[in-house]
Order: sequence, then C-alpha cells, then structure tokens
Amino acid sequence: MNAIGTPMKRREDPKLLTGEGKFVDDIQVAGQLWMGMVRSPFAHAKIESIDASAAEDAPGVHAVYTGAQLQEMELWIAPLPCAWPVTDDMVNPPHFPVAAEEVHHVGEIVAVVLADSRYEAADAAELVVVDYEPLPAVASIEAAVADEATAHSELDSNKAFHWPLIPDPEALDAAFANAVHTVDARFVQQRLIPAPMEPRGVLAIPSPHGGEITLYSATQVPHILKVMIAATSGISEAKLRIIAPAVGGGFGAKLNVNPDELLAVTLANRLGRPVRWTEPRSEAAFSTHQGRGQLQHIELAADADGKLTGVRVHIDADMGAYMMLITPGVPLLGSFLYTGVYDVPAFGFTCEGHFTNLTPTDAYRGAGRPEASYAIERAMDLLALEVGVGPDEIRRRNFLAGGEAFENLDVASTLTFDSGHYGPNLERALELADYEGLRAEQKRRRDAGERIQMGIGLCTYVEICGLAPSRALGGLNYGAGGWEHATVRLLPTGKAEVVSGSTPHGQGHETSWSQIVGDKLGIDPADVTVLHSDTAISPLGLDTYGSRSLSVGGVAIAAACDKVVEKAKLIAAHSLEASPDDIQFEAGVFSVAGSPDQTVAIQEVAFGAFTAHDLPDGIEPNLQEQVSFDPPNFAFPFGTHVAVVDIDEETGEVRLTDYIAVDDCGNQINPMIVDGQVHGGIVQGVAQALWEEAVYDDDGNCQNPSLLDYLVPSAAEVPSIVTDSTITPSTNPLGVKGVGEAGTIGSAAAVINAICDGLSPHGITDMLMPATPQRVWRAINDAKGGAA
Amino acid sequence: MKVEMTVNGESRSADVEPRTLLVHFLRDDLGLTGTNIGCDTSSCGACTVHIDGESVKSCTVLAVQADGADVTTIEGLAGGGELHPMQEAFMECHGLQCGYCTPGMVMAATSLLSENPDVDEAGVREGLEGNLCRCTGYHNIVKAVLSVGGDGS
Repeated sequence: MNAIGTPMKRREDPKLLTGEGKFVDDIQVAGQLWMGMVRSPFAHAKIESIDASAAEDAPGVHAVYTGAQLQEMELWIAPLPCAWPVTDDMVNPPHFPVAAEEVHHVGEIVAVVLADSRYEAADAAELVVVDYEPLPAVASIEAAVADEATAHSELDSNKAFHWPLIPDPEALDAAFANAVHTVDARFVQQRLIPAPMEPRGVLAIPSPHGGEITLYSATQVPHILKVMIAATSGISEAKLRIIAPAVGGGFGAKLNVNPDELLAVTLANRLGRPVRWTEPRSEAAFSTHQGRGQLQHIELAADADGKLTGVRVHIDADMGAYMMLITPGVPLLGSFLYTGVYDVPAFGFTCEGHFTNLTPTDAYRGAGRPEASYAIERAMDLLALEVGVGPDEIRRRNFLAGGEAFENLDVASTLTFDSGHYGPNLERALELADYEGLRAEQKRRRDAGERIQMGIGLCTYVEICGLAPSRALGGLNYGAGGWEHATVRLLPTGKAEVVSGSTPHGQGHETSWSQIVGDKLGIDPADVTVLHSDTAISPLGLDTYGSRSLSVGGVAIAAACDKVVEKAKLIAAHSLEASPDDIQFEAGVFSVAGSPDQTVAIQEVAFGAFTAHDLPDGIEPNLQEQVSFDPPNFAFPFGTHVAVVDIDEETGEVRLTDYIAVDDCGNQINPMIVDGQVHGGIVQGVAQALWEEAVYDDDGNCQNPSLLDYLVPSAAEVPSIVTDSTITPSTNPLGVKGVGEAGTIGSAAAVINAICDGLSPHGITDMLMPATPQRVWRAINDAKGGAA
Repeated sequence: MKVEMTVNGESRSADVEPRTLLVHFLRDDLGLTGTNIGCDTSSCGACTVHIDGESVKSCTVLAVQADGADVTTIEGLAGGGELHPMQEAFMECHGLQCGYCTPGMVMAATSLLSENPDVDEAGVREGLEGNLCRCTGYHNIVKAVLSVGGDGS
C-alpha cells in the first residue's frame, strides 16, 4: 500500500463545503453572555476616570467591569505571558487583559461589558465614558529607536533587549577589511495585519458545581493556551479543557494568549455563566497581534569574483506596546538565515527590540524568516549589480557545497543544515520559467521603449522549520520544548485511531496523518480516524506553527506506528508459533519467513490483543502506543522562486504576470496539499510586496484597520502559479521537511527583485514595500529628474 | 418586526429587531451557521448567499429587506446529503484549506456560472473579486470553477 506520496482528496472537505463544520461563532449555548470591549482611542494615555453608569443601565447589560475593578476582583495571578524572554535583562512591562491606569496602544481594552446579545454588548460598550490624559505616543519603529519619547511612562528607554550572534568577530571584521566588493543596504519590513478569514473568537463554558471550564477558542495552540491560562488565572490546569473547533486559518495570528481568552475563562469562572466574544474584523488590527515591523541593515563582503566572504546584519525590531507570547523571539527566528543558501565564511547578527505605542507584533506566516530571506536575497541582487553578473550567476557562485548535494552541513550562523541540493533546484526553476526567453522579451521591450516594461526576479531561499529541538529552544531562552506527541491505537475491529498534539487550521492534517498511519500499519487510510485539537482527547501536544506539524508531529505518528507494529509482531509470532525474529511484516500482514502461507493480518492481531485470551507471557492487552518525539535537528526546506512583473512606466502600476516556484520540502506525504500550501504562501508574500501594510498616523492610529482599506488580494490581482518540486529528503525517519511557510518566505523578495530588475535601466536599485503605483511612479519620475 | 421568507425551500419566519442583518438572522435565528462572517465592511464575501437566485453578501442586507424572498444558503445548495457539482469540484481541485471562505466562495461561483456559463479564467478571477480567501492563493479555486463550467470544461 502506498498512500504516502499520493494526492489523496481531503477528508476534511465535505463538512467544510456544506456548512457542517463548526467554527467557534457557530457554537451557541444557553445563558451565554457576550463581551463588548471598550477600547482606547489613544495610543498612549493615562486613564483618569471611567463612567460606566449609562452602559450598566442599557438594555440586556449584565455588568460592566473596568480594568481597576477587575484588578480588585483578583481574576488573575500573573500578567499575560511572554514565553520567550530572549535575554536575561529583557524589559517586559506587565500586560494585563484590561488596562487599569495607562494605555499603550490604540484599541487596548479599558473596560468590558457583559450583555445578553452581541448587539447589546456593542451598543453598551459605546456608552462607557472614559476620560483620558493623552501622553506623547511612539508611533513608529523609527521614533522608538530615536528614543525621544517613551512608549511606557515608567521606562526611560524604548529599548527592550540587545541580542547578538557573532560567532567570530575578528573573522567578520577581517572579511570586510579585505573585501573587494561590498553591499550596504537598508530594508523596511512593514507591519502586516495577518487577517485569517475567520476572525478570532472565544466561548468559555463553566460548570459551576464541577469546577471545570471548557474554552472554545479559534486558536492554533490549545495545548499552549491551557498551560498559559492555568499559569495566569491560577485555575488548575486539570480543570481546564481547551477545544479548537474548526479554525478558519491562522498564519500565526492565532498563536497567542490573548486578553479576550483570559477574560472569557476568568469571568465565566467567576460568574458561573458562559462568556463569549467574536472579534469584529475592524477590531482585529488592535485585538490580534500584527506581523513583521523591522528595520534591516545588511552588509555583504565579497571577493573579486563576487564570492561572499562575510555577512553582517543589524535589525531594529518593533515589539509594539507589549511582549506577547513570542514577540521578542520572532526576529531571532530569522537570525540564523541571513546567510541564506550561501557559503559564507564569516557572519554577524545583532537585533535590538524596541517598544512602540502600536499593536503588539508577533508571529506571522514565516515569523522572522521571510524578513531574513528578503534581506539576503535583495542584497544578493545588489551584489550581482556590483560585480556585474546576472542574479542567477551570483547565486550559482555562492551556493553552499557549490550547489551539490549535502547532508548535515555546518553553516556560519552556527546551525547544521540537514540536507540540501541547491544547484539543480535553481536550474529547474530557470528552465520552467524559460529564463532566457524572458530575458529576450525584456530586451525587446526595452529596445522598443514600450510603456509596459518587464521585470524578472529570483529568490533562492532556505528556511528553518520543524520547530524545534527542545535543547536548542532552551539555548535560546524559550520557555517550552519543541517535541510533539502522538498516540496510535488499533481498535478491536481493526480500525485505527491516531491522536495528535498538532492542531490543524486548514492544513489537512487528518488526511495526511491517515496516509502515514495507513502505510505504516498496512491498512486502508479510510480506516484511520484522526483525533486532535481538544485537550481532553489529546492531552499532550505543542500545536501547530513554524511548519512543524509534519516534521515533528508526523514523525511522532510514524514512530508510534512502528511501536504498535513491534508489539503486534510479538503477538503474531505467538499465534503463528514462530520466533519473533522470523516474523516479517508487509502491507498489514505478518508472515513467517520461509513459510509464506503462515500469516495473520494486523486486524486479527488487534482483535487478539483486545480479547487477550491468548497473549504471550508478559504482553499487556490492547495495541496502543505513544511517542513524544523531540527532533534532533531543525529541517531546512529550500527552493527557487521566479517572479515576472509588468510595470506600467506611466502609472507605476505593477502587475504580477507569472510566478514559478520550485520548492524542495523533502519527501511529500500529499503533493496536492503541498501545492496548495505553496500557492497560498506565495500570495501572502506577494501581498506584502505589492499591497499590504498597516499604516499608522503620527498619533499611533491605524489608518486602515478594515478589509475595505487593508488590501488583502482577491483572485483578480494574482495569476495562476506554476509549481514544481525537487526532492531532497531530510534526515528524519520520514525524510520530510515542512512547507507551510515556504511560499511566503520566497515570494516577497522575488517580487521586489523583479521590480528592481525591471526598473534597473533607470538606475533604480531599491523599492519600499508595498510597491504601490505611487511609489513606483515616483521612483521612475525621480530617476528621470522630473518634477511631478 | 416579523419577517417571513423561504430559506432552502422551507418557509421560515421570526420576530427580529429591524436592524438585524440577514446574516445574523440566518445564523442566530435559524441556526444556519454555514454562512460565515469574515468582516464588517462587506469586503470579504464569506457571507454570500443567493437571494432569488442571485448572489448577495448577506451582511449588506437587513433581514427585513429579504422579507418574502427566496433565500438559498450553503446548506441548501445540494439536497439529500449530496454535494453540488461546484462543491465536488472544490474538493477535487483542493479549492479549500481552512474552509471559512468556502461557503461564500461556492455560492458566488455557482451564481457566476449561471450568469456567464462560458466564462474564462480572467472572467472567473474578476467574477470572484468580492470573495477573499487567505489560504489558497485562489489558484485551485479558479481551477475548480473552470472545471465545472466556463472554458475550462
């Protein structure tokens, strides 16, 4: 049986296609109270007074609580958690679900209304009168670095931490001192609003007599949430059950411990009634963290041939107003990747985190890695210009292992890349794109002086996923491990159940896991049921983020299957009256070596293990095994993306016309799902390059919080995508890497490289993201020396 | 106010506040939660349903405005536990991942094809412009729609 590697249709689909799938807001319970959030209109202000009397008298209102009242009620024992204090002296101002004295970003909650309906909760929230004393706001990362005003009144600087990774400072200095060619470039990673299509939502259901609380949350991380809610609320972990029902996308936005989650649980616990909230989309710019937000400075040193000798990077990272779950760690996730797929002898990276009076930042698809890939891939194009070779050639000259296949290769950023084979991957992408043909067409248009010019951009990325070896996380001061848990059991009827600690929100885990279990146990994948996302059913787990589900969770499942087969083999040997050493297992059937007619199917063994009438001595009944798999290394997928753009030189409009992606995520369990992940990831990265940015005014007001103004692309803005893959297996037992973030990590750089390539006859070498028509037109106009 | 309409072939009525949006009426009063809400500015299309055969974002309509109308939601697109050809095509082409935009996308796509059976890829992309998806990059959604009708069939 070979389910692995086939594009099986997803078992998740029929429910989702018919409306049967239940998201948090679809679940209604009797007696529920809706929360309505009163949010600060100021980025930085003292709360002078709050008058909630009109709201309290409004129809349907049960109660209104201010931050000060909630503090007196002692609903929590600790602030909202930051699990990644990246340095011992990191500054981490306390962050409570509701501000009591001072607000630090627009949209911070200052009071909570509880009412019988969502309409009444929203109405009453508007009746709460808050008197603020505005304070100077730090409304950009540039302002934070300048440090003229502080985002928190009690702090005398906005600087939160300084984190260096400079393995050999002398070698790095020497590389730059002896360089023939250098590049010195600065890039801006604008703030992005993650915008999964399902807004976040919570529903906490107490059982006042039993003491248990069930929280439904639109989250990627029910297991992490359970630990963190216990730690912040003081409610026993054993009394908390967290369920992530159908979850409508995440992209990192649902990888946090949010004020609303803690409020719902603690208020439901205190009041003895269900408490719920569904995020209105236009509040999401304040109530859910944002992504990116970095100023990058990258320098390259190279020899006369353009071979890299050193890479030096400094990042100023916008933390926003508070440290959320992994806010400070996000830029560090990229730190190891600023040397990209290249052989770089000397490397240095420093990062400073800064507070602003803006919505906190945290993980967003790729989390630190798209930023790193963007910087090195943009800088490599600048090096190509400097050296006078094409962007393809500069990459060939610098590939690790000369573009040949490698395993377990130590790189300058102190990591060991599991496997790679970069040369053929690049060549395949160039062939698929008809790179020579594209260059010819570009030349034709240039020679003809056409209005619509063409740009061609490359990105050869590597990413780090499969988060993560627990020891490595410990070394980075992360507050948890990176293992994943799986339980596999064969039921008496021969069907299998797998319980996974990975928590899907669109990735098709149920389908992929059934393929793995089907092959491993030699049964029909249709006979495999996958259970997940409910801490009562799956008590152990570390959830889904960082492209980890397959290379950590999937490997755990495979290992648990192996243990099941191992035990089943002992039982089979007993029933076949043979030595376990002589038992073979293939396609779900145990047989005796040399006696092929002596067989027993794994389903029969399962029934025998259940009845336990005739088990070998010392063998326990039932076939159920569990594994907590801690990966010995990260996985390093890679790929080549080629973006082709049309640039209207008169309007500045950029249109992505073609996109070719050749990704290598190692072995593929379900190529259809892999392709889908790549498509979606690419469009998210393209959107960063061309359309998306959370724009703030000088007072820290987000100018485009709704989907009217925040330009999530539609089908009309993007082309179909050409995908292919090379396969370089990872070193883990399944040979798998990860693919959830790859598209996003490759695409922003490819698109901006294409724009700069198209505009190179004007001497234009850089373009801010998003590359709006205005920015592109202005760059062309400035280059021509013209006035508008 | 009392509203009465046909929803998925059944006559339904309820007393609602005049300001109740059709999407909230469908979800909260009738329990038809297949129609999702993805925004509050009529931008995302997750709440798309058919009113008298045409696709409409049900967050742009008050329940009282749909009084007397014939409304079809995702639950009523195909009968008897079957999948509509468009639903089958989405499954076949992997046109959904998290599934949140999917009911609205499927309703918009069926309406698009009934208005323009010969639509080409550009027409599908333009026609679905009002429905946002964050997972698929639209590639497989477009493929699915063209596999049901249009010049891809």
